[in-house]
Amino acid sequence: MLRFILTRVSLVIPTFLGVTFLTFLLIRLVPGDPIEVRVGERGIPPERLEQLRHELGLDQSLWHQFLDYIGGVLSGDLGLSLVTRNPVLDEFLTLFPATIELAALAMLFATVVGLPAGIIAAVKRGSIFDHGVMGISLTGYSMPIFWWGLLLILFFSVGLGWTPVSGRLDLLYYVEPVTGFMLIDTLLAGEYGAFWSALHHLILPMVVLGTVPLAVVARMTRSAMLEVLGEDYIRTAKAKGLAGKRVIGLHALRNALIPVVTVIGLQVGTLLGGAILTETIFSWPGVGKWLIESINRRDYPALQGGVLLIASTVMAVNLLVDLLYGVLNPRIRHSR
Amino acid sequence: MTSEVQATAIAATVPTSQPPHPLVEFWYHFRQNTGAMIGLTVILVIALLALFAPLVVPHDPNIQYRDAILVPPVWQDGGSWRFILGTDDIGRDMLSRLIYGARLSMMIGLIVVTLSLAIGLALGLVAGFFGGMVDVLTMRLMDILLALPSLLLAVVVAAILGPGLVNAMLAVSIVVIPHYARLTRAAVMAETGKDYVVASRVAGAGPLRLMLIVVLPNCLAPLIVQATLGFSTAILDAAALGFLGLGAQPPTPEWGTMLASSLQFLQRAPWVVTWPGVAILVTVLAFNLLGDGLRDALDPKLKR
Repeated sequence: MLRFILTRVSLVIPTFLGVTFLTFLLIRLVPGDPIEVRVGERGIPPERLEQLRHELGLDQSLWHQFLDYIGGVLSGDLGLSLVTRNPVLDEFLTLFPATIELAALAMLFATVVGLPAGIIAAVKRGSIFDHGVMGISLTGYSMPIFWWGLLLILFFSVGLGWTPVSGRLDLLYYVEPVTGFMLIDTLLAGEYGAFWSALHHLILPMVVLGTVPLAVVARMTRSAMLEVLGEDYIRTAKAKGLAGKRVIGLHALRNALIPVVTVIGLQVGTLLGGAILTETIFSWPGVGKWLIESINRRDYPALQGGVLLIASTVMAVNLLVDLLYGVLNPRIRHSR
Repeated sequence: MTSEVQATAIAATVPTSQPPHPLVEFWYHFRQNTGAMIGLTVILVIALLALFAPLVVPHDPNIQYRDAILVPPVWQDGGSWRFILGTDDIGRDMLSRLIYGARLSMMIGLIVVTLSLAIGLALGLVAGFFGGMVDVLTMRLMDILLALPSLLLAVVVAAILGPGLVNAMLAVSIVVIPHYARLTRAAVMAETGKDYVVASRVAGAGPLRLMLIVVLPNCLAPLIVQATLGFSTAILDAAALGFLGLGAQPPTPEWGTMLASSLQFLQRAPWVVTWPGVAILVTVLAFNLLGDGLRDALDPKLKR
């Protein structure tokens, strides 16, 4: 077991170094000298330019700079934002809970709706329900989510006035951030009105961000269930006279869940990528919106740090899913 | 007597019935998939509209009719047959712009798929064929690209190269290369151990011949499916970049860009936002339907 975990973890290290090198190179591909970009059109005396270059280590060799950067990354120093002068890591960590909260709820939404839909579609294969679910999920999979978000805002927020248009919380409320997760913080503070407000603000972004994963989960559940339902042990269970619900819920679903769980884990990348669009539309104060703003403000250290941190999150979650998979399924653990 | 006649009749028919040509067989399976046929039809219609855009559009997509700003579609109050889908905030005909947008989206799909397929195919072939260090290095590089969420990577590349349609296409191409590389590598590795490849090798075929003429044709089926689905990814991602202001720039009638540039009229004139989105959805859906149908028809093992 330990051997399995160590092998998997050691496989991630070169990828992590590679991603770090990639983000390190990215900032150097930006046209123009980083310092001249920073001082803008005002200009700067040559000796001050040299001094700044030296301070930032830009007068050293590329490899030296990279080692410095890696050293910084490993000790949690991702540089300062050009605009706010705050450490990039701090800015990221303040905003990240908002993104996690949104992504987690989106995944919850996708699973809660997608799993039963896929199961019923598989059990009632070829029925109208099956065709309906598959049609809707292919549409969801093809959805430009930025447009989908706008449509929902137009209908539910502007038309019906059911949900707010943007943000995380009504201006009426102020809740001291403890965990950074609005739903938890409002409950901790005992502000139930604020909790409802936060929940209201979450609904539309959650649906928008969860649409593509929902389609993926429904499709995957259906095909995994169809495969399992054809197995001999299902026929045996039915032949024993077990109730249909028990056969499907216990015998079939358990075995069909393995690929579904993997797919759910792999959706983390989709969620964090989709968060860029969803947060931009709903003015959601998370890292996706922050990244786009960093691009527009040419705040390259923020962009660089943000990309590295998001990539690391994705890698960490994928590793976790991989390990969990090995724990659940001994065949995988021992085969490699 | 009669049985003898029947026997000769059967004998006469049996030898003439040859196995159907693979393409005929493929078409037979493909045709039975209603969704795939709908997808193919929609794509053909969009492609024809795109091809003959200058001939079919009712108006020049860039002419601003100052007397017809934010005119609603024909079926709404105040709409007219002059502008069937209405006009945008500076009086340009929506329908004409959408048709010209189809040109861009089809071109984006074609260029992105060609570029990423060519590079991914080459990398996958080399990695799968030579193995060893080359394989490890290539696949590690692909892992690095896959570790980044695709839209995030595309956004970053577009931000660094600078906004614009060409750079957006480059960004989206880079992002999808790993998919083709991995798929090709897996297919090549499955094929290289087979007898026919060993036979050609023994017969003296060089590595290039083995790669391109012997092995490659047998790896094509999954790549064709992936390339079809690649069209939808390319169109979606390019539109998303356009929406974020990192793709095609106004006044280019790219669907995502059109959507973004008329956002402030969402409430007053919903059609300026609705139609570009519908165009994206329909096109992407059509390619996904086609890709699913191709997968089923080309690979009986994966049949749903």
